[in-house]
Amino acid sequence: MGTATTDSACVLDRDGLDALVRVLRARGRTVVGPTQRDGAIVLAELESAAELPYGWGVELEGGHYRVIRRDDEAAFAHSAGPQSWKNFLLPQRVRQWTADRGPDGELTVRPERHDPASYAFLGVRPCDLRAIAIQDRVLTGGRHKDDAYRARRDGAFLIAVECTEPGATCFCVSMGTGPAAGPGYDIAMTEVLDGAGHRFLARAGTAEGADVLAELPHRAADPATRTAAHEAVDAAAGRMGRTMPPVDLRALLAGTLDAERWNDVASRCLTCGNCTMACPTCFCTTTEDVTDLTGDHAERWSRWESCYDLDFSHLSGAGPVRASGRSRYRQWMTHKLGTWHDQFGSSGCVGCGRCIVWCPVAIDITEEAHALHQEALDKDSPS
Amino acid sequence: MTVDAATPHRPRLGVFKFASCDGCQLTLLDCEDELLPLAGEMDIAYFLEASSAPGPGPYDLSLVEGSVTTAEDAERIRRIRAESRTLVTIGACATAGGVQALRNFADVDEFREIVYARPEYIETLATSTPIAAHVPVDFELQGCPIDRGQLLEVITAFLAGRRPDIPRHSVCFACKRRGTPCVTVAHGTPCLGPVTHAGCGALCPAYGRGCYGCFGPSGSPNMPAMIPLLRSDGMSDEDVLRILHTFNVAKFAAIEPEREEP
Repeated sequence: MGTATTDSACVLDRDGLDALVRVLRARGRTVVGPTQRDGAIVLAELESAAELPYGWGVELEGGHYRVIRRDDEAAFAHSAGPQSWKNFLLPQRVRQWTADRGPDGELTVRPERHDPASYAFLGVRPCDLRAIAIQDRVLTGGRHKDDAYRARRDGAFLIAVECTEPGATCFCVSMGTGPAAGPGYDIAMTEVLDGAGHRFLARAGTAEGADVLAELPHRAADPATRTAAHEAVDAAAGRMGRTMPPVDLRALLAGTLDAERWNDVASRCLTCGNCTMACPTCFCTTTEDVTDLTGDHAERWSRWESCYDLDFSHLSGAGPVRASGRSRYRQWMTHKLGTWHDQFGSSGCVGCGRCIVWCPVAIDITEEAHALHQEALDKDSPS
Repeated sequence: MTVDAATPHRPRLGVFKFASCDGCQLTLLDCEDELLPLAGEMDIAYFLEASSAPGPGPYDLSLVEGSVTTAEDAERIRRIRAESRTLVTIGACATAGGVQALRNFADVDEFREIVYARPEYIETLATSTPIAAHVPVDFELQGCPIDRGQLLEVITAFLAGRRPDIPRHSVCFACKRRGTPCVTVAHGTPCLGPVTHAGCGALCPAYGRGCYGCFGPSGSPNMPAMIPLLRSDGMSDEDVLRILHTFNVAKFAAIEPEREEP
């Protein structure tokens, strides 16, 4: 994977964005990007760039999401929505194999043939770019590899769009994932809207990205556009709605397993599982065995599972290991911010804020982390 | 139990009704494509909705719909239990007492006076209770009505001798899986999804409506956290009372944080 240099940068206008979707589709790719639907900015297949949410922004708070009309025509002035790219790279339900018993009693097992769509993801925010890298590590970087995920991932073309309009629930700066795009993209763009017009500073991160850019109507990047783009991203870094406490979160979580705060959050937590399903890095699946009435045909599927599900830690004969809401919330948060490091060598949190927004009762992982930090401080130095 | 292909014995199925609307039994008849294969695998011995020729027990699998509301019901369910190897209750009436359990929180004599022209003809218990309050139940399938796919899963799991795959988690799981933006978070619509048992496929939120809890409580409902959320989404105390006092009133009432006055 090549690295982007500012020298490869060019400027696209809106017709360049139109051409981008056209070119990717002509290359046989299924283009997925943000679009306004059902009162939210969702990720869906795009037939043209006209379906992008031009002029729409979002108003975010804990347990609160509204689309709002902007007074400009920005296409990417929204932060994380209800889904993430995981919905496409790690679909919620996937068949693993089928088995049939013939008339002679012979069993034939056929592994599922994975023939994934060749995706192009348009509008991957820097936090989500990191989330994809984290899921890559989880699902393909260890001893147990998910070949179907690998196939979907290998075929995916990533167009990052840097963040210039963070939401009130964003904290990518705390997690070191944004608002500027890190590595992993094929093309990265920064949206610029000023007196000189609506345009996108674009640069390639891979040879294929450079190929695609070369096919689009573009012009060389001018200094004014470069400056405006950098300033917009820099300004976004200063407008994060949330922060994490400025401590080693892994150590904080390891040292607060018996904190009183877990009881407090457990009293508010619905254990509904929304945070895990909205999280772009939560990867847990369970297996589902399906049989037909005759018992001659069986299928195994994997489907999204969540540590908030009682069945998640069910042991035969013993019931759920994590029966209380307290133990389940604690499991999720300590894994996300702490033991993920031990398991996968990084944090599991990218600071996208989805778990805060999509929690119906507005439980806020940053607020919980601050509270744990404060409780630890108070314990160390009682007044 | 498993079916041995070498023996002609097909497990005998009984379908029984107590106080109910028949909707859950009809879910079985609604399994159109699967009904003939089912009849091939099971001897449908007792099912008055399908045949007026009831066969005697014992039954390998009994599906029981409806709640116990009369002294005669309470006797009959004991006989059915005694004749059933596996007994599965289906629907909100059988698993929670149904909407008729509203009487549990009121004066049944008053109800009787209001509803019937000749109340003296009506003999009924003061309460409507789930089957499990009377006899041991092997599996409870929630829903008002139950979901067709879940019913088939329970029957096929029985035939294969495995545990049915009926997760106890919330309706939110289904919304997220089908990609429905949360109606509470995105629109401020009151929704019981976070405390309601999955199984319907999150039907109502997919059409922009809040869940009204027809599948009853999930495996771990946190009602003290849920009720303030309903209020902040615009429900009055009376609205909250009403939404919880429907098909699964007895089950929701059992976990409500404070005692609600009717």
